[in-house]
Order: sequence, then structure tokens, then C-alpha cells
Amino acid sequence: MELLSHLALGFETALTLQNVFWCFVGVLVGTLVGVLPGIGPTATIALLLPITFSFSPVTALIMLSGIYYGAQYGGSTTAILINLPGESSSAVTAIDGYQMARNGRAGPALATAALGSFFAGSVATLILAIAAPPLARVALNFGAAEYFSLLVLGLLVSISLAHGSVIKALAMIVLGLLLGTVGQDVTSGTARYTMGFQELYGGINFVSLAVGMFGVAEIFRNLEVETNREVGVSQVKNLWLTREDFRRIAGPVLRGTGLGSVLGILPGGGHVLASFASYSAEKRLSKKPQEFGRGAIEGVAGPESANNAAAQTSFIPLLTLGIPAHPVMALIIGAFILQGITPGPNVMTDQPALFWGIIASMWIGNLLLVVLNLPLIGLWVKMLTIPYRVLFPAIVIFASIGCYSIDSNPFDVYAIVVFGILGYVLIRLGCEPAPLLLGFVLGPLLEENLRRAMIISKGDPTVFLTRPLSASLLALGLACIVIALLPSIRRKRDEVFVEED
Amino acid sequence: MKRLFATALMAAATMLSGPSMAQGSYPSKPITILVPAAAGGPSDTVARLVAEAMRVDLGQQVLIENVGGAGGSLGTGRVAKASPDGYTLLLYHIGVATFGPLYPDLSYKPGEDFDSVGLVTDVPMTLVGRKDLAPADVTALFTWLKGEGKGATFGTAGVGAVSDLCGRLLTDAAGIELTVVPYKGTGPAMNDLVGGQIDLMCDQTTNTANQIKAGEIKPYAVTTKERIAILPQVPTLAETAIKDFEISAWHAIWAPKGTPEAIRQKLSASLQKALKDPKVIERFAALGTAPVSADMATPAALDKRFQSELARWGKLLANASTK
Repeated sequence: MELLSHLALGFETALTLQNVFWCFVGVLVGTLVGVLPGIGPTATIALLLPITFSFSPVTALIMLSGIYYGAQYGGSTTAILINLPGESSSAVTAIDGYQMARNGRAGPALATAALGSFFAGSVATLILAIAAPPLARVALNFGAAEYFSLLVLGLLVSISLAHGSVIKALAMIVLGLLLGTVGQDVTSGTARYTMGFQELYGGINFVSLAVGMFGVAEIFRNLEVETNREVGVSQVKNLWLTREDFRRIAGPVLRGTGLGSVLGILPGGGHVLASFASYSAEKRLSKKPQEFGRGAIEGVAGPESANNAAAQTSFIPLLTLGIPAHPVMALIIGAFILQGITPGPNVMTDQPALFWGIIASMWIGNLLLVVLNLPLIGLWVKMLTIPYRVLFPAIVIFASIGCYSIDSNPFDVYAIVVFGILGYVLIRLGCEPAPLLLGFVLGPLLEENLRRAMIISKGDPTVFLTRPLSASLLALGLACIVIALLPSIRRKRDEVFVEED
Repeated sequence: MKRLFATALMAAATMLSGPSMAQGSYPSKPITILVPAAAGGPSDTVARLVAEAMRVDLGQQVLIENVGGAGGSLGTGRVAKASPDGYTLLLYHIGVATFGPLYPDLSYKPGEDFDSVGLVTDVPMTLVGRKDLAPADVTALFTWLKGEGKGATFGTAGVGAVSDLCGRLLTDAAGIELTVVPYKGTGPAMNDLVGGQIDLMCDQTTNTANQIKAGEIKPYAVTTKERIAILPQVPTLAETAIKDFEISAWHAIWAPKGTPEAIRQKLSASLQKALKDPKVIERFAALGTAPVSADMATPAALDKRFQSELARWGKLLANASTK
């Protein structure tokens, strides 16, 4: 009952005309920056931070949060339409989303992303309202050893990201891991594979890599085929989901929401894992895993729900403990401080209107996003009918500007060219870019946490087995391998990998 | 892209209104302060607050440009190579004094390629521990660290971060041994300290004050010469365990080498005014810090501080890397 009165207070705060308006501005701006690859929520929030000085704290935070989850939403649009993921989470959406668009099903793909995100956002907001403090406590028990075990589990189940040869998928993961080691080592500060380029000390820019490997490589491939856009895309069938589609996305959306909500709470990279994990899970559970990578609607529904749920629950450590889970949250902490509020456990009791107002605004924001995005689907899909010779220079230009704007660093733009060519070569060799990206994202996290766990345990490797949470995760990973090796399941697994093109 | 657009707009506006208003005298066009760290971080916040106040005084736009990467050494290099006309400035912290020993591939010399404008703020740091750590106060802590707590885990925000520098200084000054656990940034490190995964941390008070007030972590000492206003009950290290110990995450403004003295004095005067702005003082206080006094916001004061810090870290970090 207390919850109801809290929520009532929250909605009372969030539903004032001013707050609804700025919430709308936030999600709109967020969607727009999400759609443009490279210009991420971090840069946008930083730019808009000074504007919010004159707002009341609750209005400022409602708008800034709106930008963040709005961007998660917008990112999927370009991933689906032109294979250009701007963030690690939408990279997974690009795999099947873009194939759906090629099959003329861009409308349903976008609608799935919108509906899945809305559902996941609503549920995750509810979780945030009901269970934020206890969940934050659980997340605190998640140390380096647990993180390492979780990542091992993630990599074990993720080979299914590829469709095609297992050997090639493994090779791509390894290549990704290697690319991920470029830059200054977190533990010792030693520069690795920087080849004298000072620009590489911070590692390879994710956006350069993703835009090059997915977007630009795809452009090269398309240009090779025809100067016209390839057949199929201009014949857009229906914009909306069929009854069959609804039936197919229900499970993935539910599971994605669950996975995303849990992983989003973890510090330092949980939200990145969410969409990868959801995709792997859906491919494992599917009766027709061979459809994955060829436009399976489940491959859009699961990851999209997962990343939106994670976006919401990543507010939990911030709002309850005052600890930012990732850079965007650190910015939002900055906004709190500039407003004279110290984020932490006290916010909930000292500023109930603020705390519950932000939570209520998230639900309103998610609703606004659906209202905003569903009518836009038709417009986006029309974009596909633009002649390719006009479209591709625009894509390249926007991607380059976006990439440059992250650090104002021309080097990141050159990197797009390099990865575009590499990506094209890999496509010609029949290798998938998705596992490479997975290795690139998870590799550094894996190494960092392994070494951190070993440092903390003073070099004792049994730490992974003596900590119960870590041990359970490793056991789960082992179980996955065993199941995969069991003969009955093996037959099915072979089917997964047989579909060599 | 928005930033480019905004810059273009402002440039256009200046061209239209410029010549008659600002003939001959500096500044006649917008000034860019480059912050070599991500937007929204503590350094960026300091820069934006100061820039806004200086804009009013100088009568020109003062833009903030964020060029992150390589611990700030990339963006710093860009200012080192900018033309010394007073229109490109650098605002960053103590880290600039450590780039030399930390980054062997540096294409500039931090100690030689800049002219000083002035100090901005001394952000105090706090030595904190997980809340169930045994020692009750800072004296007991150092006794413990020399005995059964030898090699206690000490979280940092990565090599070269101010939290890392504090740890190196502590081990050197107190003759203790710490197991340094690097993280990517303060957030994850604080998470593990609150969760009890690591023992100690020493970070900018901006990052520790909230958790201290909430009782999530145990404050042992502040690293400044005097106690600080927001944590009056916390003793300094100098008055307790380590005599003469002092470290702060000081921020300053630099100009490229060769920037005329007159321009730097004008900027310094403007900076001094900005630091008296009640809004700047109020916002700095929220960050757990205060502006430096007027005599510190001068080229001479920064010269002195910068040279002594270059010497101190040159020695400490060289020792550390050969260990």
C-alpha cells in the first residue's frame, strides 16, 4: 500500500505539464541522437547539462533520463534499416533486424523493437519501484570473481551468435578479443599494440569498429552487387505485425525483459551483456535456430527488450547507492550534484517526490516513445525507397560526423575506413562480424575482472570456486557444455551449424 | 555534430557583430577551453562553471571542447600544439604533471610546452575504507597497515588517476605496502568498496562525500593541509599519521607556450573574478571543493605549483615503473 502512495506521489510529480513536456523533449532528443550513429547519449547529455541549470531538479533529471533511454530506443532504428549500430546493445539487433529489412519486413522489425522496448521498459520500471534497494544490495555482492564467471558463461553460450561454421565463429571471437586488448592495460598501464599511436592508448573506439564492420562493410557489399539498392527492400510488405508475429515475439520479449532487468543492475558492463545474452538464449531455445541471422523476429524482440530493461534497471545502483554503473550514469550523477542533491540512499527518504517522480516519468517516457515511434515507422520505411546512390553517401557522412563528435578525434574516422575494408574482406570470406564484436566488447571485461579477482585474492585461483555465486555461474557454464555434448541434443546442435551458405 | 553546428553559429554571430565591438583588443572572438576528459566528469564540470563566469567578464563566448582519450594526454597535446594567441586554453588537473613518465609516446613535453594562466581549485581528497574495516581511526589504520593489514587492497580509478597518485604517495610517505586494484573509473571502484570487496580507496571528496554521509564507507582522513568544511569531523593525514602529507586534485588553466604575457594576465584577472562569483562558489561547494584564493589564480602561482609537481611525480612514477 505504501508503494501505491509512493507511486501516486510520483505520478503527481511527473504529470505536471512542465515535466511531461520536458520528458517528451528528452525522449525525442534521445531518439534522434540514437538514430544518428555515433552521437551517443553521453555527448548529448553533457551538451544539454548546462541548459538544465535553470530547471527544477526533478524536471532536469526527468529530461536527462529521457535522453538516455530514448537513445536506447533510437539506436535500433538505424541498426535495423541500414545495419549501422551506434551502440554495443544495438549491434545485436542489427544481425536479424537488418535481415528482416532486406526481406521487406522493416515495418514489423521496427514495430517489434518499439513494442518489446515498451513492455520491457514498463516492467523494469515497476521492478525499480518495488525492489530497488534490496536489488542494489545483491549487486554489491557481485565482485570481480563473479563478474569473471558470468562473462565465461556468456562466452560459452554465445558461439551461437554466428550462423555458419563454428571454426570461423571462434576465429572471429578470438580476433575480437585481440582487437579488444589494444590500448593501455587497465592493471599495469602498459601500452599494448599501440604501435606508437598515442590515439590508441584508450583502445579502439567501439563506434568506429561497429560502424566500419557493420555499416561501411555492408555498403561496400551492396555497391559491389548493384548501384541500385538490392532487390526486396523497396517492396515493403506490411508495416504491422501479424498474429503469427505476435505469437512468436511473446516469449522472447518476456525472457529478454527478465535477463535485461537482472543484468542491468550489475556495475560496469551488465547492460552490454544483456542484449548479447538474450540473443544467445533465444537462438538456443528456438525450434528453428537456422532462421537466426536470416531475419528471425525473435532475434529482434529478445535483445531489444533486454537492452531497454537494462537501461531502466541500471538506474538502481545510482538512485539507491549513488554509484554510477556506466558513463551515462556518471553524467546523471553530475546533474544531481549540480542541482545540489547528493545521490545516494538518502534521496529516497529525503526527496521522495524526486525519487518517485523520476520513476513515474520513466513509465510516461516509455509510453511517449511508443506513441512517438509507431507512427514514425512508416516514415522510416519510406527512407528505404531512397535511391541507394543518394543514401549511402549520406550514411557514410553521418557516421563519420557522429564518430568524430565523440572525442573530436580524426583518428576515429580513419579507423572506420580500416574496419570497413576489414569487414568487407571478412564478409567475402564468409565470416560474421557479430562474434568479433562480442569478443571485442567482452574480452577486455573478462581480462580486467580475471586479473582484478586474482589481485584481490592475492594470486589464489580457487577464489572462483570458493565464492558461491561465482561457483554457481561456472557450474551453469559447465552444464551448458555438457548439454551441448549430449547426443540427443547434439543432433539439434548440428542443425544449427549445418546451414553453411 | 551539434557542437560543430553551435560553433559555426557562434562564429557567424561574431563575424556579424564583431569588428566594431572588439577592435584590436583581446578577446575579439570566442575562446575555446579544451578539457581533455569526457564531458560531465568533475574536471568538465569545473570548466563549464568557470567558463560561464569568464564569458560574462570577457564579453566573449567561452566554449568548452572535450577531447578525451589516453588519460587526458591526447587533448593536452592538442593544446600544446595550438597557436599561442590566447584563443585555445587547457583546463585540467594534476594529471598533466604525470604524463611525462606515464606516456612514453608523448609528442610534446608537458613541462615545457605550456605557459601558465592560473590555478582554479584544489579538490581535497579523502582516504576511505570499507565500513567493516577493523581500525577505528586513521592512526590505528596505519598501525594495522604495518602489521596484520599489510598488503591491504587499495582501489584506484586506473594508472595515473588521482586516486592512483594518492596511493603511490601514501606507500612512499608512510612506508606501507598496498595491493593496488585498478578499476576503469571511480564508479566501479566505489561499488566494490561499498560492497566490501576491497579495503581502501583515496579519491576526490567529490566522489566520496555522498557515501561517507550515508555511512556506506568509513572516512579515515582528508589529504589537504587543513580540515575541510563539508567533513569537519574528519582529521587530516598531516595532523595524524603522516606529517607534511599533502595531495589535492588541483585544477588549473594553461595556454600554449608563447602566449603573450598581457593576454595571460588578462585571463588570470578574469579567472580571479570568476572564482569570486557566488554561483561558482556555491556550485564548487556542492562538488566538495572551493575556488583558490586570488593570488593562486595567477601565472606565477601555477608556475611554482606545476614545476614542483612535475619534479615530485617524475621521481615517484619513475621509481614505480622500475619496481
